[in-house]
Amino acid sequence: MVSALAQADSATAQQAPSPQRRKRKASPLQKRENRAAYLFLAPWFLGLLFITIGPIVASLVLSFTDYSLLEAPNWIGLENYQRMLDDPRLHNSLVVTFTYVFVSVPLVLALALGLAMALDRGLRGLPIYRSIYYLPSLLGGSVAIAILWRRVFGSDGLFNQVLGLLGFEGMPGWVGHPDYALDTLIVLNVWTFGSPMIIFLAGLRQIPVMYYEAAAVDGAGPIRRFVSITLPLLTPIIFFNLILQMINAFQTFSQAFIVSGGTGGPADATMFYTLYLYLRGFTAFDMGYASALAWFLLVIIAGLTAVNFVASRYWVHYGDD
Amino acid sequence: MATTEMVLEIDARRKEKKRRSRPKRLLQHAGLILFGFSMLYPLLWMLSSSFKPTALIFREPGLWPTEFAPGNYIEGWTALTHPFHHYIINSVIIVAGAVIGNLLACSLAAYAFARLTFVAKRTFFAIMLGSIMLPVHVVIVPQYILFSNLDWINTFYPLIVPKFLAVDAFFIFLMVQFIRGLPRELDDSARIDGCGHLRIYWRIIMPLCLPALATTAIFTFIWTWNDFFSQLVFLTDPDLATVPLALRQFVDSQGQTSWGPLFAMSVIALGPLFGFFLAGQRYLVRGIATTGIK
Repeated sequence: MVSALAQADSATAQQAPSPQRRKRKASPLQKRENRAAYLFLAPWFLGLLFITIGPIVASLVLSFTDYSLLEAPNWIGLENYQRMLDDPRLHNSLVVTFTYVFVSVPLVLALALGLAMALDRGLRGLPIYRSIYYLPSLLGGSVAIAILWRRVFGSDGLFNQVLGLLGFEGMPGWVGHPDYALDTLIVLNVWTFGSPMIIFLAGLRQIPVMYYEAAAVDGAGPIRRFVSITLPLLTPIIFFNLILQMINAFQTFSQAFIVSGGTGGPADATMFYTLYLYLRGFTAFDMGYASALAWFLLVIIAGLTAVNFVASRYWVHYGDD
Repeated sequence: MATTEMVLEIDARRKEKKRRSRPKRLLQHAGLILFGFSMLYPLLWMLSSSFKPTALIFREPGLWPTEFAPGNYIEGWTALTHPFHHYIINSVIIVAGAVIGNLLACSLAAYAFARLTFVAKRTFFAIMLGSIMLPVHVVIVPQYILFSNLDWINTFYPLIVPKFLAVDAFFIFLMVQFIRGLPRELDDSARIDGCGHLRIYWRIIMPLCLPALATTAIFTFIWTWNDFFSQLVFLTDPDLATVPLALRQFVDSQGQTSWGPLFAMSVIALGPLFGFFLAGQRYLVRGIATTGIK
């Protein structure tokens, strides 16, 4: 499997009308096909206009106002953005979110790749293992699991009970401790390594076995084979997973909301960016400011994705070069 | 060519299996099973705790309840203003609407992208791909304003209508990929027989798309059932609460006192997900492997 992004790129290229056809000025048949296509796309166009692009533009405009849902918006220029510069809770939420993303995503990817390696190549019972490891990914975002997490890492929760059996008594309540609350959420994210693992498994299957055989004949050990064959050939998949996991991690909301009881506590230790945005916009109805926050989130995600794409030139190898 | 490759690969796998010694393989299995078990342990513990008296949940890390309290389920079911099935019905209505909406709207758009040529197709395709990555938080405030102007806050419309407008572009992409794999000769011969695009879409492409449609339906079900953020924003009336919102009410109102019933209702909330997971594994794995969705 080539990364889906690259796939999409080449797919558009394939589907583009050939230059020959483009030169011919729209025949009646082509006109009819045009009309049919736009009819098929009509719902999507409406959605794009009213649910996606319209709101993106609207939120940019709102970010320059003091809209509060109750009163008509006043234009206040860059005031919201200035306010962001000296909003300590916002700065804290950025630190929390970035810590979460930059700690949990590498762990998720490492675990996913490690397990995919352990499962690959004709292991008996592979589908069963795959399902077991995937299950947490499926459930991980649900409120019920966040509730469970609160209990597992509570002061007399499962985790401390197990530690107690091992002789560690008097451990703190992890969820309620400002120093550890974020860690429990990182563990929750790492727990859902199953979906990138499945993508890695699909990628590993694309690597021809002959490469390994040839390397083995030349006397390469398992570590050498991993470093010189598996890793380079897998870089497009690693890249794809990295982008996906980062974007997902930035949007984490419900886990933090439930574990902290909707406050981002203790002491703002789990105040994720999205949670702060929600609290500003939908409990304080400070919608102008929330729109500015939303735009900044878009800029952060787009910026990091762009950085990743640029950096990828130096470490991602596509088979065709 | 493909078959010789396969034979070679099977051969190589066999050799590799032989090469790996039996005890080493057993050790590998033991490790994988142990790891899997410890991953699933919290889930199993929650299931068992849902049958324990609350006091015991705080003391017993084991899986087998020493004292059964099936009353947790009855207590949990009736703990909130409405019996729990009220919230399940709310969730089911939203999920059903979302599934139907996604199946119809996304497949229509996918047909156009996969089979028709039209003006500005590449631009629109790029926009569609870009919108996949768009975080919901960026558009939620204006959406809220729009829906409140339509008087749709505290109705199910904000959660269902966008699906009929193909907002989940993931699934358009998934179906485009799938439709491209179908032979074009089928369309051509249908067109020669006088079929229009709508007939080709409905009679030929849709039936062949069943696997992609199944993947879409299952993922839409899971995402919508799990969705918390947009339901939290658009449904503030406790009567309209869905299962996740009901669980949240439960946590807030009961605090630390009744974890048994809370766990029981959490198990109920996870049940359908687990069921769909068992039934739809094939489609889930394929869906993830082709598009990378979660």
